[in-house]
Amino acid sequence: MYTASFLSDPDFIRVLYIFAFGCFIYGLHLLNHPRSARRGNIVAAVGMAIAVVATLLYDFVGDYLLIVLGIGLGTAVGVPAARSVKMTAMPQMVALFNGVGGGAVALISFVEYREALEHTGGNPVLEQLIPILFAGIVGSISFWGSNIAFGKLQEILPGRPIQLPGQKFINLGLLATAVGCAIAIAAGTESQGLFLVILVSAAVLGNMFVLPIGGADMPVVISLLNAFTGLSAAAAGMALDNVALIVAGMLVGASGSILTKQMAEAMNRSIANIFAGGFGGVSVTPGADGDGEQKPVRSTDAADVAIQLAYASKVVVAPGYGMAVAQAQHTVRELADELEKRGIRVDFAIHPVAGRMPGHMNVLLAEADVPYDHLKEMDEINPEFAQTDVALVIGANDVTNPAARENEGSPIYGMPILDVDKAAQVIVLKRSMNTGFAGIDNPLFYNENTALLFGDAKESVAAVLSAVKEL
Amino acid sequence: MDLLTELTILVLAAFVGFEVISKVPNTLHTPLMSATNAIHGIVLLGGLLLIGEASGFLDELLLVIAIAFGTINVVGGFLVTDRMLEMFKRRD
Repeated sequence: MYTASFLSDPDFIRVLYIFAFGCFIYGLHLLNHPRSARRGNIVAAVGMAIAVVATLLYDFVGDYLLIVLGIGLGTAVGVPAARSVKMTAMPQMVALFNGVGGGAVALISFVEYREALEHTGGNPVLEQLIPILFAGIVGSISFWGSNIAFGKLQEILPGRPIQLPGQKFINLGLLATAVGCAIAIAAGTESQGLFLVILVSAAVLGNMFVLPIGGADMPVVISLLNAFTGLSAAAAGMALDNVALIVAGMLVGASGSILTKQMAEAMNRSIANIFAGGFGGVSVTPGADGDGEQKPVRSTDAADVAIQLAYASKVVVAPGYGMAVAQAQHTVRELADELEKRGIRVDFAIHPVAGRMPGHMNVLLAEADVPYDHLKEMDEINPEFAQTDVALVIGANDVTNPAARENEGSPIYGMPILDVDKAAQVIVLKRSMNTGFAGIDNPLFYNENTALLFGDAKESVAAVLSAVKEL
Repeated sequence: MDLLTELTILVLAAFVGFEVISKVPNTLHTPLMSATNAIHGIVLLGGLLLIGEASGFLDELLLVIAIAFGTINVVGGFLVTDRMLEMFKRRD
């Protein structure tokens, strides 16, 4: 096929790449604010389209039939999946998309290695070989790790940590195998077999490394795997001498690392601690049956709650993933609307790790039409609890546990929490006296100013809503 | 391109990444992750660059899978982010 010469000029293509990066960076910048965020995403997507078209202009890029086949297949799978996924299932969707990205990197690195062996008759130069090996290892870990994360979030696999005896040594052994083989190749061994050993041991490592992680730690895992895929894409770019891959991959690698760090901080845990399966040990046999009966709790009913709410002037809702599981968010928003109609200020206090991925709760509430200026971050809302008449805790537990502030012996001691206990009245909607994800008892429930409303979150909120309407 | 130029670009891109992201509020972390997730689907370009010169059925098959994977990552990622961001509204 003939293309006008300047179009396939590598310099022209690189100019187009520069436009593409500009779009990525400006797009991410627009994501700083909910008002411009949607535009930012579109700008980044345009950047991606420019990068793809520019790449197709290279003389040596061919086999258009296969390219169309690949892109066609990807579109046929990706579009319906993205259109139909429920917002509660967003974390597993992101995990899956992340996984296929990692898989693509691993496959590309393997083909690149095979091509080098066949065409140049031996291992490529070291500055190309090292990134290929890195991309292979990290891409493979990311693919399999993300699939396991998907399986856990989708509840195909048990959410509880799965651990083998001597797991840490197995993981170290797998990592040593992958790195050892990579060093052997880098030192001059020419062997596809060895490269396959690398990919397989990295794959097993990816599985082993996510399996022991409990569901509550998933936000950190997804974020970390996202960073991994970005870094491996940047490495693939170095191997292929392609600036677009280097820049875009590194942008994601860097942003993913920052997010991972922020998530870990929000849970007051080091990343190493999470991957050692820290919470797993605590959560095996929580004393859920004993504790609840020994200490007295005050339970209340919908009519009482309605009266407390209707005569409040400021109400703060602290939602947790339990609210989303019960699909109560729309009813909660109706209740908030009803209270606002009566001149009561209703805000939502969002803990950074509420939900199953960073910021997940915000998406779930936005879907229920809660305006984003009513969604308050933890640091912003915590000083306001002292002036709050009623704090309504719906399906949240560990993120409201005062033990994190007061009890040095608690496994979650030091984790930043929502200070709901500082409100004049606290109403906790709970299914039963079971402990939360972390399996830790919550002293909030036994406080004098706390009342518990037992039952399914959605039904309870609906009952409160109708009681408020009757007042 | 020589190694040092590539490393320079890599380091600068990392700093741009840190800068741009650290200002994003918690509220938008899920869409942010999903958008950056879509951006690393750019590995699809790697498949495009290699497939023209690939020889043999196995390489072609692996690259078609890689391109399909990359496309799922890109197209799915941007679409799903758009769906989320569409829902973020102020009170009218």
